[in-house]
Parts: sequence; C-alpha cells; structure tokens
Amino acid sequence: MKKHAGTENRPCRSMLYIPGDSPGMIQHSPAFGADSILLDLEDAIAPSEKDAARKMVSTFLDSFDFGSLIVTVRVNPADSEYFENDLKEIVPRTPDAVRLPKCNEISDVRAADCLIAEIENDNGIPVGTVKLHAMLETALGIENAFSIAKASPRVAALTIGGQDLTADMGVQKTLEGWELFYARSRVVMAARASGVSAFDTVWTDINDIEGLAKESKQIAELGFTGKAAIHPGQIETIHEAFRPSPKELARAQRVVREAEIALHSGKGVVSVAGRMVDAPVIARAEHLIALSRLYDYEEDGGGLA
Amino acid sequence: MTDFVINSIGRRVPLNVPGVGSFEPYAGAFQKAGPSRAAGAPVHPRSPQRTKSKVAESLEQAIKRSGLEDGMTISFHHHLRNGDAVIPMVLEALQAMGFRGLTFAPSSIPDAHDCVADYIMRGLIGRLYTSGVRGKLGTLVSSGEAGIPVVIRSHGGRARAIEEGQIAIDVAFLAAPACDAMGNVSGSSGPSACGSLGYAMTDAMFAKHVIAITDNLVDYPVGRNISIPQHKVDQIVAVPSLGNPKKIATGAARITRNPVDLKIAKDTFRLMKASGAIAPGFSFQMGVGGASLAVSAYLEEYMKGKGIVGSFGLGGISGHMSRMLEQGLFKSLFDVQSFDSAVTDSVRNNPNHVEIDSSWYANPFNAGCLAHSLDCVILAALDVDVNFNVNVLTGNDGALRGASGGHCDAAAGAALSIVVLPSFRGGVCSIKDSVSNVTTPGETVDAIVTERGILINPLRKDLIERAISAKLPIVDINELKDKVERLTGKPEPPDVDEGDVVAVVEYRDGTLIDSVCRVKK
Amino acid sequence: MPEISISKTASAGSVESSDCLVTVTPADSIEIDYSGANKKIFEKRTEAMTRAILAEYSVTAGRVHIQDQGAIEITLRARIETAVERALEARLP
Repeated sequence: MKKHAGTENRPCRSMLYIPGDSPGMIQHSPAFGADSILLDLEDAIAPSEKDAARKMVSTFLDSFDFGSLIVTVRVNPADSEYFENDLKEIVPRTPDAVRLPKCNEISDVRAADCLIAEIENDNGIPVGTVKLHAMLETALGIENAFSIAKASPRVAALTIGGQDLTADMGVQKTLEGWELFYARSRVVMAARASGVSAFDTVWTDINDIEGLAKESKQIAELGFTGKAAIHPGQIETIHEAFRPSPKELARAQRVVREAEIALHSGKGVVSVAGRMVDAPVIARAEHLIALSRLYDYEEDGGGLA
Repeated sequence: MTDFVINSIGRRVPLNVPGVGSFEPYAGAFQKAGPSRAAGAPVHPRSPQRTKSKVAESLEQAIKRSGLEDGMTISFHHHLRNGDAVIPMVLEALQAMGFRGLTFAPSSIPDAHDCVADYIMRGLIGRLYTSGVRGKLGTLVSSGEAGIPVVIRSHGGRARAIEEGQIAIDVAFLAAPACDAMGNVSGSSGPSACGSLGYAMTDAMFAKHVIAITDNLVDYPVGRNISIPQHKVDQIVAVPSLGNPKKIATGAARITRNPVDLKIAKDTFRLMKASGAIAPGFSFQMGVGGASLAVSAYLEEYMKGKGIVGSFGLGGISGHMSRMLEQGLFKSLFDVQSFDSAVTDSVRNNPNHVEIDSSWYANPFNAGCLAHSLDCVILAALDVDVNFNVNVLTGNDGALRGASGGHCDAAAGAALSIVVLPSFRGGVCSIKDSVSNVTTPGETVDAIVTERGILINPLRKDLIERAISAKLPIVDINELKDKVERLTGKPEPPDVDEGDVVAVVEYRDGTLIDSVCRVKK
Repeated sequence: MPEISISKTASAGSVESSDCLVTVTPADSIEIDYSGANKKIFEKRTEAMTRAILAEYSVTAGRVHIQDQGAIEITLRARIETAVERALEARLP
C-alpha cells in the first residue's frame, strides 16, 4: 500500500509523468521537486511491456517511500484489454488517484468507479479511497466535462489531454494555444462548478522553457490548479506560474485574519477594509496561503535545465 | 609490514613500509607541525657554459646524460590527461635501455595508462608514488600481484614530500607543449597545449635533473607565458607528438541535465548562500563532476544578480570558472591544472589567470598555501561514512579505482567544505557505516549534500543553525543511511586480507591516514 | 502446494542503468546466476531474495539469470516476478 504522508488537500501544481517501467526515474521521484507524479501505464508503455510496467508500479507502491509526493497512476483506457488488470493490481495498493484516459461520457467514469469500488471492497479498503482523475481528450469528453466531473464523488480532478484533443478537433497544437482556449475554459468551469481540481496538459518541448513559462502563467490565470510535466526540468517553471504575488498574499492573510476574528467574536459577516467578504473568497485566501508555504524553500526561482 | 597501529580516526596503518621507510600515524588534520628545514634540491654539479641550445639528439641520449641509474626516482606530470603519450614513451625507452627498480613518482596517472601495470610486472618500476591508481593498474595493485610498495599522496602532500625530500626526484620528465632551445616551457600554446603546468613546476624546481620533452620547439624565447624557466631545465628532447590533442584538449564540460545532480547542485548552492560564504571577496574551488559544475552555474547567476565580486577561484580550473573570471566575477584564478581547452586560452590571454605550482596550491607546511584561504570548496566522493569520512580511492569491493587529488587539501583548507554525491549510485548506498578507505577525514568535511537531503557535520553547529533558518532540508546522516539501505540493501563488506597492505595513503601532512589491503580473489 | 518447474524461457527488464535483465530458463533444480558490478557485494542478498520469490510462486526448478545494472531491491523484485510470471503464463488457465 502506498505510504501516505498527509497528501490530502495538498496543493498540486505539478504532475510529472514517469513511464511505469522506468525504475531509474521512479526511484528518484521524491527528489525532483514535483508536487505529484503520474506513473504511466498507458502511452509511455509498449504493448509487450504492459505487464512489466504494471508489476514495476505495483512493487514501488508496495514498498517505496514516496514521502509527501502525491502519487497517481495512469491506467490504460476502459476499452483496452489491460484496463481491468491494471485496476486489479493498482487499486489495492491505494495510490492517491487513478488517472483514467479517454473519458467521453458519464458511463466511462461510472464503469471505472464501480470496478474500483468492487476492488476496494474486496481488499477491505474504504470505498472512495482511491480518487479518480478523468482525462478529457476528445471533443465529446470536453462537451461532457461537467457531467463527467459530477459522475461520482470519486472524481477529484478533470484533466485535459491536449495532444489527442487537438487531433480529434482536426487542428494543430500551436505555441499560442488558441485552439485549446475554449476547451481549457470549459474544463476549468466544469471543475470549479463541481468542486474538483483542474489540471492542464503537457508542454512537449522540453528545451523551450520560456514557452512553458508563458503557457503555465496563462493556464494558471485561466483557473487551472496544476499542470502536467514530462521532464523534471519543467517543474520549477510550472511552480513559478502558480506563485501568489506578494500583494495577493498580503490580502489573503488579511482576509483569513479577519475571518478568524469574526469566527471568535461570533460575527456572521467578515469584512476587510469595509467590504464584505464571502465564503469563496475566504476559501481562496486559505488556498493561497497554503500555496505560498510551498515556496518558502523555493525562493530562488529560475532554473538551469 | 609487521607493526600496525590504530590512528586517531580508528584506521589500522603500518609504522613502517619496507623499501620506503617509517611513517607516523594520522593524529588529526592540524596536529602535525612541519619540519624545521626543507630538503632543498640536490643538483648535478654543472660547469658554467656559454650555450644557445640544450636540445639533445634523442630521448636515449638525454637519459644517458641525465645520470639515471637503477633504483632512482623519475617523475612525470598528468596535465595532458588521457591524451598523454609521454609516460608510455619514456617508460618504453627506459625498459629498452635495461633500467630496473625505478621509483615511478608521477603527479598522477592518467586513466589510459594501463602500460604502467606492465612495466611493474617487467621490473622496470620497483616503487610507485602517485595520487591514484585506476583500471588495470588498480586491479594489479589491489590483487597484491604488483608486489611493490605503493604510497598515495594528495597534490599538496606530494609537494610537501618533494620539498621535505621524501620524494627525491632524480630525473623529471616534463611534457612541454611549447619549449625553446634553452628550455623555457609554456603549457598554454602549441598542438598539445594543456594550460597550467602546475605540478610540473614543482618537479622542475626540486628535481636533480630535468628533461623537457616537446613536440613544439619554438624560436627563442617561448613567449610571455613561461610556466617553467630555462634555468630549471637541463635538456630538451624534440619528439613528433606529445599525444592525442583531442584527448589533451577536451571540450568544456557541459552542465548536467541529470535531475538528481541538479537537485544536489541547487541545494548545495542554497547551503553556500545560507552559510553566508558568498560575499564580496569570496574564494572558491570546485571539481568538474556533474553536480559541482551546476553549482557554479547557480553561483554565477547569483553573483551577477547581486553584483558580488569574488577574490579568487582555485584549483583545477574548468572552462566555466574562466568564464566567470572573464565576466569579472572573480579578481583572479589560481590554476594548478586546467580541466579543458577553454581554460588554455584564458591562461594564455588573461593576466589575472595565474599558473601556480602545487606547493603554492596546497602544501600544508609552507608559509601559506592558497587552499588555506578558501572560503568554500565543492568536492565529489565515491562514498562517505556516518563520521563524514570521505573515500575517493577504493570501490565497493575495496579495490583501488580513484585518485586522492587535492581532495583532502581543499577540505582541510576551506572554511566551508561540501561533498556532493547522490545518496545511492549503481544500486549501492553511498553512506557507509565505515568507508573502505579514508582519503579525507570527517573533521574537515562540513556538509554532504545528497538529493535526499543535506547532512551537516554535528561539529558545525553554526552551520546547522543557519541551514535551519534558511529552511533547508537537513537530514541526520544515520537516518538517511538507514532509509537508503532499505531501498538498496546492505552491501557485504569488501573481502580483503587485513594482514596484507598493498598501498598506504598519506594524509597531506605525511602521516598515514589509511592503508589499502589486498582484495581476495 | 504444487511443485512447479520453469518449462519455458522468458525474460524481463533491460540493461539500462538502475535496471536489471532477468532471464528464467528450464533447469533440473533452482539455479541462480547473478552478474554485474555489484556481484561481490550483493550476491548472497540477491540469491536469498530470488529463492524467496521463487518460493512464492511454488517454483522448485528453474534457472534464473540476473544481469544487474545497479537496480534497487524493489526493481529486482519486480523484474524477477515479471520474468517468472511470463515463463509460467503458458501454464495458467
């Protein structure tokens, strides 16, 4: 079983993809500085090595100390011959979440949800322990974003798969990313509406750090809570994009302080500088403060990679 | 070797090495005082002579005229790295001339020179004084088959031993990338240019007889970058080539993309910053290993951003350091050995890039070596132990496979010495209960930075406090060792014969810090 | 417990650094052959580990060759199990 170190409610700005049969990468994953890793059984693994990758990931989940890393496993799609075996091997080891590719409709999520619940039951694990991250990588999936997010309480995040999606849309993935603007907005809105996280797709050019920085900033401003990475050298840049500005942070601290005072004095209404503050603003302020703590040790910024 | 004692760090060392002499056990990094007088350099009696050329007809003729006899000591330098063809060339000539039982005392032996092992087996070499042994030679010595005394010294320790007369060089053979007919030698021009000739400078100063070997005999005088002046050179031999220029002038090392090394580098830089070391007047030394070079890249960015100008960079100098000099981030570089071809240009063209000899670099007993003024050094390691002792000589099986270099010199000299290494490598934990060999004592190591946390020597309470306030990820060394061993397993200790010492390891002050035992088959 | 012999050759893993290449082949009894840079320091450990894994699969005969490229124990275990499972696959219903 994956060794948990209080990964619940931890902000998850970066998700580093690691091929499931790459022990050299997995063994050093806690050192890369990512908030979470995605151990991949799907695209990164050749059909002949699916069993080996599944075994590698299972064995690491059994006995490796991932520390405070959030660990998710991307399984093969529900319509593949590997899907059931993937879940049967992975779910009992309770990673934080399973990432389900190619979610097009509610039924995709529900089918996975049932199977996971069954496995949890069989293994004496409370149902709902292993979260589900639904990957939306088709036009249909994007259009069904909200219903997919609401399909089960197990769904903890929506995530956009840019490569397959642009292919499905019949367009090129461009540097500017306008072709994904609608899809991204839609995913963020659906995620916010259903109270789950929203994760953005990968930036594939590992040598273009500037492009990554620009895109990361844009998607953070759009409302995504995190972004996937395909190389450890991308992590710092992604984190930088989510760093609260000093001004934002100061205001958040003030909001939380006032909220605490209001709570203690039994006041129903919180106000900051004479303006009333609602619950979502307080929640966001708390999130910003939690987020800022992640930067204490990353103050230097910049990277070499 | 009958009498053994346990030295102050618990290592078993002999008091006497047959064929070499007696030794004191190591008693602490700064315990031993230097001698009351230096040996001075014995020389061949020479009559004043009017001449404009010292060029000999051939290597053989030069050797004959040098007065070399069986059992005497010959020295070489390793600045030509793996491109060097001078050591094999001279050893071959000496073998053909029938010499026996020579003491071979190079500053170090390039990895490529497996031939040294053959000349030991054929009886040409009867004693070996070096910084390290690797490859075929390492196997030969560690297996006990070499059957000759081997003494391993650091670069500073070798300079000291030469000055004290423990290494009395009878003939020094100097690879000379540029040389005029009177023997003014420069390391920084010619087809075999290698930059600094720091180790050769010491040999030239103290050898009884000096032969410069060059593939670039230039019109007199050689130019303004004279590494070794003519009055130290007895003869010159012109040869077609000193070696393979591609392997002499290796390209500048590139900054690693290995995420583990980068993580180590970043935390090392953070520790340096937290320690307060990076301030105007800062002095620095580093290796060329993956993590070290990346540290200097972070350092460069930071110094530029803050407008900090350091005092000097020291040691083996990399292309990256000469770029920092070029940008005005250091006032001077003191260069005992240049690591890559980019440095050679800097040596030749930048007046603030100073060639230094190995005594100036790191001899503990002169009137003040540069290593003792270092603010910070970054060093690599093969492995370390829970007492912060560092091994750079022997592998996990106990066999010799590395070189002492300037490791213990810089660690002792620097105010902040940081060892960088991954917590495990090749499936083996890098932190041992006890290293198979101690090159650098833990009392001179302030911190070890791994990708799984920073380990600070408990002796450095001040540094621990600073690291804590900077929120650096500090880990207890025993805890990290246990954690990593849960992943890698605990290796079996090397299978060695404790009674059979195949090499002794001198600390820089000449005491024995450790001995290397024969590895059983 | 049924006694199972390896009757088919199978391998798993790679010769990348930090990995290992495990090959199982038919043999009359259990034979373990461990090679690589860590042979001297990890041979006993690896042999004990391999025997324990074979026992978990009730395998009583078969040769296991491990070319270790510096794998940690988790990786060794995963590769040995994969190779054994691949060799036994034909026997499963």
